[in-house]
Amino acid sequence: MSKFGLSLLMLLLGACAGIQTPLSPAGDQASALHSLFLLMMIVCGGVYLIIIGAIMWSVLAAKARRRNAAPDGSEKILNRGFYSAAAGIVVGLTILIVGSLFVDRALIAARDDDALHIRVTGHQWWWRIEYSDPASGRWIETANELHLPLGRTARVQLASGDVIHSFWVPNVAGKIDMIPGRRNLVDLTPRRLGWFRGQCAEFCGTQHAHMSFDVKVDTPAQFDAWLARQSDPVAAGALVGSRAAALFLRVCGSCHAVRGTPAVGRAGPDLTHFASRRSIAAGTVSMTRGGIQGWLAQPQALKPGTSMPAVPLVPADADAVATYLESLR
Amino acid sequence: MLDRSLIDRLHRTWRDPPGLWGFLTTVDHKRIAARYIVTALLLMFLAGMLALDMRWQLSVPENSRMTAQTFNESFSLHGSTMLFLVSVPIMEAMAFWLVPLMLGARNMAFPRLGAFSFWLYFGGVLTLWIAHAIGITPDLGWFEYPPLSGPAYSPGHRADIWAQMITFTEVAALAASVNVAATILKMRPPGMTLARMPVFLWAMLIASIMTILSMPAVMLVTSMLISDRLVSTHFFSVATGGDAVLFQHFFWFFGHPEVYLIFIPATGFVSSIVETFSRRPLFGHSALVLAIVSIGALAFGLWVHHMFAVGLPRLGNNFYTAASMAIALPAGLQIFCWIASIWAGRTCFATPMLWVLGFLATFVIGGLSGVMTASAALDLQLTDTYFIVAHLHYVLVGGAMFPLFGAFCYWYPKATGRMMSESWGKIAFGLIVGGFNLGFFPMHVLGLMGMPRRVYTYPAGMGWETLNQVATAGSGVAVIGGLIFVANALISYWHGEPSGSDPWGGSTLEWASPSPPPPWNLPFTPVVEDLTPMWNGGKALKAMDGLSPDKRQVLVTSVTDAEPIYRQKSPAPSIWPLMAALAVSTMFIGSIFTPWAIALGTLPIAAALTGWFWPNRPRAANGPLGSRP
Repeated sequence: MSKFGLSLLMLLLGACAGIQTPLSPAGDQASALHSLFLLMMIVCGGVYLIIIGAIMWSVLAAKARRRNAAPDGSEKILNRGFYSAAAGIVVGLTILIVGSLFVDRALIAARDDDALHIRVTGHQWWWRIEYSDPASGRWIETANELHLPLGRTARVQLASGDVIHSFWVPNVAGKIDMIPGRRNLVDLTPRRLGWFRGQCAEFCGTQHAHMSFDVKVDTPAQFDAWLARQSDPVAAGALVGSRAAALFLRVCGSCHAVRGTPAVGRAGPDLTHFASRRSIAAGTVSMTRGGIQGWLAQPQALKPGTSMPAVPLVPADADAVATYLESLR
Repeated sequence: MLDRSLIDRLHRTWRDPPGLWGFLTTVDHKRIAARYIVTALLLMFLAGMLALDMRWQLSVPENSRMTAQTFNESFSLHGSTMLFLVSVPIMEAMAFWLVPLMLGARNMAFPRLGAFSFWLYFGGVLTLWIAHAIGITPDLGWFEYPPLSGPAYSPGHRADIWAQMITFTEVAALAASVNVAATILKMRPPGMTLARMPVFLWAMLIASIMTILSMPAVMLVTSMLISDRLVSTHFFSVATGGDAVLFQHFFWFFGHPEVYLIFIPATGFVSSIVETFSRRPLFGHSALVLAIVSIGALAFGLWVHHMFAVGLPRLGNNFYTAASMAIALPAGLQIFCWIASIWAGRTCFATPMLWVLGFLATFVIGGLSGVMTASAALDLQLTDTYFIVAHLHYVLVGGAMFPLFGAFCYWYPKATGRMMSESWGKIAFGLIVGGFNLGFFPMHVLGLMGMPRRVYTYPAGMGWETLNQVATAGSGVAVIGGLIFVANALISYWHGEPSGSDPWGGSTLEWASPSPPPPWNLPFTPVVEDLTPMWNGGKALKAMDGLSPDKRQVLVTSVTDAEPIYRQKSPAPSIWPLMAALAVSTMFIGSIFTPWAIALGTLPIAAALTGWFWPNRPRAANGPLGSRP
């Protein structure tokens, strides 16, 4: 069975193109780790084959000895084998320890001065994401969707607002925990355009399974445009000042912020450019009109245990709030 | 020497009172160990059913068989039960059962403490599983990291029940380990110097010492957690100056040695089985013993490899990488010695030996995936994914449970006097080993495909469905194999062929006692002259006389050379261990609800211990205590 598994694994190593896997590296850190993984697979796979071969050989040899019981000079052979095995293990381990050390150094090789600074804070069960605005030096807040410029290192400061979470975008880099009272750093240097997925990797309570986020790697120009739009208070064309906006402020504004309006709550995700994102509630629901309305009406059915309460609105009002949210582009 | 009247006198001296009273008061190490083993196997079945249920939930994306809460409770109960209530206790139970027999001794060093260990362990079992039955199941994993487990994020009593269950089992484990270590060090038969001790006894000795050194860390840290929850001590609450990572250091300072104190007894089983079935003294006895000692020592220097993603200093992490990988040297040499013994012997492959082969082929995968996760860098991609789920099951099931099943088949004739069916044994072996590998190997791949641990569901389109279904099917096959294994054991108990005292031609002293062993074990004290006393060149085992058959006496010998020193009175059956365990249990359970339980609960404990230690023989007439008027 394990041989079947091994061949399956080899197949995957070559032909995997998932959006959340260390096997398809799309960043410097993940590439370094991937080559370390391949080194490990070669060394450990070789060792496994040797051991299985030795077991099979010893079983056959024992069966032969049962037939002709004459003992031979086996102790001498065994002693020699013992020291060879010890030497072989030491050599193999030395290769792996040194390889691991060099890859570990490579993970923090980027320089601080030209890095893009991002803060990500884990909450039960969503991600607060803040970018340092190059123009003003202010921090621009968004949530549950991380945009990264191609080829530039993003130095991400990780923190937690409540319990321990772990920040993991396997295609780009390894995971680092987000621990209350501590600041951890992780460098992400993406090398491939497109959408990827990150997920919380440390059990953080009931809805740990629904704590993911989308990652978009843009060209530097696209990224700059995106960041500029995110730093704007509220997008043009939003129903600012409308009845829907007033309704939103009343039922949502104490927990959610929409910059440029009186809604300044910080308990939940910032919704300033809500409709520009791909999904709702940390990757739980897709960003569609139906998704928005479903999430407003029945958050506890979609993500039982979430802090988001069901919003008691008559259908017309729910419709208006959904329309308002859709306008926040 | 083995005349009828001697046997009758021994029987009168060592038998338990009949009926329920005998059941409650017994201090016979075999009866206590059998209870431990039956309880642990029952729990293994229950926790295994939880696992099967979780596999069902994960077999399709967005499955609605379980809610998030049910799933979180299931994996918490599965992990806590398997680690704290099955793996560690069942290894202690095997030591309880086998160590005195293998020493030719009549009982453990502290028979009443042995009974106390079991009753307290049983209290822990009831605490966790009765809580589950009434719906207050711990739901934060087998590790319960704060602040998630702290008062702010886990109101109610689920976390307290988990923490007190730990206290129960750890006090029981400490008592058991002291008992095993003292028995091995002070009750060896004349001639069994440290150099002539079978690998099994070394393994049990080292595992016991490791337990004594590592368990206090987890008891301390769960007590700190309870204090945080019960009397607001703020050890782990960041806002008031506590530190969340401190918990992890303590937990893993215990948690890593724990893995090895489950694995090391298994190496003892493997060594015994390989020696007997290869029909030659084990190759590299000293190397095996030194390997066990060095694994035991290294185990205390690599706990940080569970915390590589925490963000500790990187250079420090890499020292732990080197230390963790270094384990592969002694472990690899052990494997070499076993394979070499098989190669050089006239090995026959009965079921116990098949389990050893299954162990080797499976455990080595777990060991190699352990080398991969030991890398501080690569672990950042592997930790907290299904790769780790695969790895830990390969080492704990492949590395410890397969040898345990082999040991069960190997010593079953000794325990029951009957043979298990070989053909059903082979079928069960095939299904369990095949099903296990089918079930758990795909999890390596799932982890590499990005599936995190402890998620109750996953979205469609991640490409995880197929392998999850294979894993579910494999675990189903393994469970069927497990049921056949148990059925074989039950049916053979009544219908198996009589085995005689030594069906396998074993090398160590337990095979000298009748099967099943009577309460006094061996009718004489054996004298040992080499590592394989039962193979003494065809000569009869030498015996030493001097213990009275009319008194409960055991022989105490010196630590290194096993020179006889004195005869020690061995305690008779007593109800006080059970009473003491009840009193301690009351205090532990009470302290889940109020700190006053700790103060008031000491009174019944004091009463029980007073009863336990009440002098029951006349004052000495001579010696230092007899000189007073």
